[in-house]
Amino acid sequence: MPSNAVNKREQLTEALKQRILILDGAMGTMIQEYKLEEQDYRGERFKDWHVLIKGNNDLLSLTQPKIIADIHRAYLEAGADIIETNTFNATTISMEDYDMASLSREINFESAKLARSVCDELEAKDPSKPRYVAGVLGPTSKTCSISPDVNDPGYRNINFDKLVAAYVESTLALMEGGADLILIETIFDTLNAKAASFAVEEAFEQAGRSLPVMISGTITDASGRTLSGQTTEAFYNSIRHIKPLSIGLNCALGPDLLRQYVEELSRVCETFTSVHPNAGLPNEFGEYDLEAPEMAQEIIDWGKSGFINIVGGCCGTTPAHIKAFAKGLEGVKPRQLPELEVRMRLSGLEACNLN
Amino acid sequence: MTDQIAVFTNVGERTNVTGSAKFKRLIMEEDYETALDVAREQVENGAQVIDINMDEAMLDSKAAMVKFLNLIASEPDISKVPIMVDSSKWEVIEAGLKCIQGKAIVNSISLKEGEEPFIRQAKLIKRFGAAAVVMAFDETGQAETADRKFEICQRSYKILVDDIGFPPEDIIFDPNIFAVATGIEEHDNYAVEFIEGTRRIKQGLPHCKVSGGVSNVSFSFRGNNPVREAIHSVFLYHAIKAGMDMGIVNAGQLAVYDDIPEELRKAVEDVILNTDPGAGERLVELAPKYSGMAQAEKVEDLEWRTWPVEKRLEHALVKGITEYIDEDTEECRKSKAKPIEVIEGPLMDGMNVVGDLFGAGKMFLPQVVKSARVMKRAVAYLDPFIEAEKEEGATNGKVVMATVKGDVHDIGKNIVGVVLQCNNYEVIDLGVMVPAEKILQTAIDEKADIIGLSGLITPSLDEMVHVAKEMTRRGFELPLLIGGATTSKAHTAVKIEPQYDKGVVYVNNASRAVGVVSNLLSKELKPAFLEKTKAEYEKVREQQARKKPRSKPVTLQRARDNAVKLDWDNYTPPVPKKLGVTEFKDVSITTLRQYIDWTPYFMTWSIAGKYPRILEDEIVGEQAKSLFADANAMLDELEQSGALQPLGVIGLFPANRVGDDIEIYTDESRTTLLTTSCHLRQQTEKTDFANYCLADYIAPKGTPDYFGAFAVTGGLEEDDLADAFDAKQDDYNKIMVKAVADRLAEAFAEYLHEQVRKEYWGYAVDENLSNDELIRENYQGIRPAPGYPACPEHTEKKKIWQLLDTEQRIGMKLTSSYAMWPGAAVSGWYFSHPEAKYYAVAQIQKDQVEDYAKRTNMTLAEAERWLSPNLGYEPE
Repeated sequence: MPSNAVNKREQLTEALKQRILILDGAMGTMIQEYKLEEQDYRGERFKDWHVLIKGNNDLLSLTQPKIIADIHRAYLEAGADIIETNTFNATTISMEDYDMASLSREINFESAKLARSVCDELEAKDPSKPRYVAGVLGPTSKTCSISPDVNDPGYRNINFDKLVAAYVESTLALMEGGADLILIETIFDTLNAKAASFAVEEAFEQAGRSLPVMISGTITDASGRTLSGQTTEAFYNSIRHIKPLSIGLNCALGPDLLRQYVEELSRVCETFTSVHPNAGLPNEFGEYDLEAPEMAQEIIDWGKSGFINIVGGCCGTTPAHIKAFAKGLEGVKPRQLPELEVRMRLSGLEACNLN
Repeated sequence: MTDQIAVFTNVGERTNVTGSAKFKRLIMEEDYETALDVAREQVENGAQVIDINMDEAMLDSKAAMVKFLNLIASEPDISKVPIMVDSSKWEVIEAGLKCIQGKAIVNSISLKEGEEPFIRQAKLIKRFGAAAVVMAFDETGQAETADRKFEICQRSYKILVDDIGFPPEDIIFDPNIFAVATGIEEHDNYAVEFIEGTRRIKQGLPHCKVSGGVSNVSFSFRGNNPVREAIHSVFLYHAIKAGMDMGIVNAGQLAVYDDIPEELRKAVEDVILNTDPGAGERLVELAPKYSGMAQAEKVEDLEWRTWPVEKRLEHALVKGITEYIDEDTEECRKSKAKPIEVIEGPLMDGMNVVGDLFGAGKMFLPQVVKSARVMKRAVAYLDPFIEAEKEEGATNGKVVMATVKGDVHDIGKNIVGVVLQCNNYEVIDLGVMVPAEKILQTAIDEKADIIGLSGLITPSLDEMVHVAKEMTRRGFELPLLIGGATTSKAHTAVKIEPQYDKGVVYVNNASRAVGVVSNLLSKELKPAFLEKTKAEYEKVREQQARKKPRSKPVTLQRARDNAVKLDWDNYTPPVPKKLGVTEFKDVSITTLRQYIDWTPYFMTWSIAGKYPRILEDEIVGEQAKSLFADANAMLDELEQSGALQPLGVIGLFPANRVGDDIEIYTDESRTTLLTTSCHLRQQTEKTDFANYCLADYIAPKGTPDYFGAFAVTGGLEEDDLADAFDAKQDDYNKIMVKAVADRLAEAFAEYLHEQVRKEYWGYAVDENLSNDELIRENYQGIRPAPGYPACPEHTEKKKIWQLLDTEQRIGMKLTSSYAMWPGAAVSGWYFSHPEAKYYAVAQIQKDQVEDYAKRTNMTLAEAERWLSPNLGYEPE
């Protein structure tokens, strides 16, 4: 059963004031290592499923729970304080790709439960180090602000209400499964994220309790903007209303290119900040090849520069990376929350802070 | 005053159907394109927030709001600013909020219907993360006096902040602006009440803002814009002092306070501040006097034509206007003692301005090219006069430029040439496929100061090394510049620079050329510059030497053991509907232009960004639009005149894989060989992937499979068209026609591949993809081109030429370096297998090169030369 949420929130906030917390690394990269084939994804239960499901990593929480648990354990042993549930694509919307929308609830629930059980196992070994499960809400495969049809810029293949419905379902299931936090991540379209945060509040209301929320956006290229065109600060202004525990950036860029945006976020953000970058940019074979020591160097520099409160890894990172971060950041002071002036902070694609 | 304006936030009001007749008509007629222009114009005119209102009885307001907001989301120059969703209907507001990714403002909520709906709406707004305009309106009506305004706002504030935790900084009070000078005595104090109410709200309710619809105040003076503008300005002057933060104002319709005639300002001030009962009357009497003060209508702005001739020349250069250049040059020539002084004086001064603007990033390359066109015209005009006086023009220096032997690509080189000419360097452009001997002899004969080499295909790299060696052998002293798509700092440092020690500099883009050349031609700067460059390259060489391969090499045998294993037992390769060779000689530009991928076109002009987004880019958007329009005009012209005819040829043949080769047969008996297409295999250690080789996608003997080839060109007339523009000193169009031909060739390749998939090979009859999906290659099968990463060896093109009889059929040729002529050309292979994909062969080892040399009947040295960019070892 989920532990007392209020205590966890206080415990977390207290810990964040003391040190930089470590988030886990990539799930997909680790799953790849197992070289799973179609039948491994199917397991016994889905052996006759009518569409191909190889690549449906979130389903592995049901069909290969041992593998997922092992990956979680590897990250926890590497020093992660927070691990992410294997639910990046588990909303009904993304599961439609495999005709598995009806399994969304179960996958979210089981994934949270699985992650929590591995955390409990590690906590039992070392009760002095509490571990947290972040229930992941991914961006879905559709965008609410961008038309998929270049000839019809007003067209949308998803809308706010459908996203809200999907996210409410996922959030409730993640909560029931024992998530200690909710992490809305890899936000490339802020409107999707606003739908997610709207849904999270709705779910909290329905559940009669709330969890701390982490939000993490994605700067998609060197232009310094999200896919939907917002600058870092505009993105921050768009989502700060839900008063998250942390706001951060992840994916798309490696640490070298991401640095300036982390610095920017650290400056404008009143909450704790999180970062989980990729292990560099993919090379011509689509592989990420930034090794742990190299990447840790940059991450540790961010820590020492006072940019971050929570750090982990996204695509291409492994327990080796997380271990290097955890080790290198030992004793490094976390970022202090800035005192910002009270201002009306509006945004379009750019921030518009009124005096 | 100005300080106060700076903190005042201007909310645009034009995109409001209740306030703008024009916008209403556009929305009713569903002319959303033009409606977007209204929004864009507003942002350009300084609106920091735009108010959008679709409240019209004849309109489905909710649908119109959603549609317009979704469209705005695709227009970065509009959606950069926050949006104010304005409606009296809550459902419209809610629908609007669901379409906005930024933090928006709701306009408006109030206590008009009581606390229950007010609280419900405010809670939702909070959850959507928007700010809210709250009207000074309660169950009993709108507040008119300062007391009532404050009282309602205070009550609203307490409910919002204390009861539901609404952030106070997200509240904007609108204490109602009403019309003054209406002739009704009770209205006379409305402006004063607003100003006083504002003062108290701002003092008593921390962090909130005050806003209002400013145009209401001047409602009595409808039809008299100058007076209305004066009223707005004076009203704002006082309201802002009292604390008003923002207002719904037409930014284009606001007089500058200090510019209002004294008499009018005094009369307006008396009305706003309600100084005495006669104030309204006085303004009404005075108003007609100012009604005609409207601004002079804008005609085409030819004011610059009245400037002194030297300023006109500068203007024409900066703006790229050729229309008047002959007459202005003539006028200027008459005023000078010698014609050369026109060049050395005003024209060079103008080009210096262009150069400075370009250097500062305030002009873009295409604009500079247009400027150069003007310059060239002027110089051409002066040439006969100068010639008559037999005097050498003084230039900054002489540069000999050429695309090296075997290569025909010259767009980049032409751009560099133009940029250098703009900066008063004399450029001797030897064109394309120029042998080393000719380049060097010309440099000697012309007493050149610098030699510049360009190339696009990989074999050109070797040719450049050759030129460098020749320069050393012949004792040259001139600096050598290296540029072009395949060149790089690393290659220059490692391969070229060690061959010639009098200065080799890699120029990575056109805008760097001037800086490099001016450094090299300055006696003072040159030694330091060369020393710095040398040191830099030395460092690059050290880095290269230290660089260990990212992945370990494996033996050819091991790589082959890890080939892609396709299940040929359960897969039947599709049989082409039409085997053999097919020519395409009358595909029209009309057909092909739909297949154009425009993004690389902009890259040609050194403007980075994805099409179509680039057209709306904040910085380069205008320039991109103009380039896009010019390209389309060129296409229209070519389409009508038929001056450029794209040509193509394809062939589909029975084929089977034998090792890493593909045997291509004359017919289904598969006994007579047409040729053998030889391929290379990735040779580094792989853990998650196979060691790819294109041959793996063709079935081995025993399973009938097929293979195709194609060659296309934008048109054989490309060079002639470019030369014709060159003869007219029109560099812009010279570059343009080549860039367009290039796009047509690529589009043709895309079009033919689609034809092949859907018809000639016919394995994807039902495919129906948009151009965007085509560009992203969302289809089955690939068309890799020799010379590119999956099959990097250029000589394989000769097999395509042989199979398709390319030169006989459509006139395309191969040079000694296996570059294709004309330059706008694409050729490659067709693979149909659904798993076939692009990859890079990357570094290969000696065992494979030896094997490849045998298969292709080359000596090892020859094979190493053609594969030099891929060699993972130092050849002996």
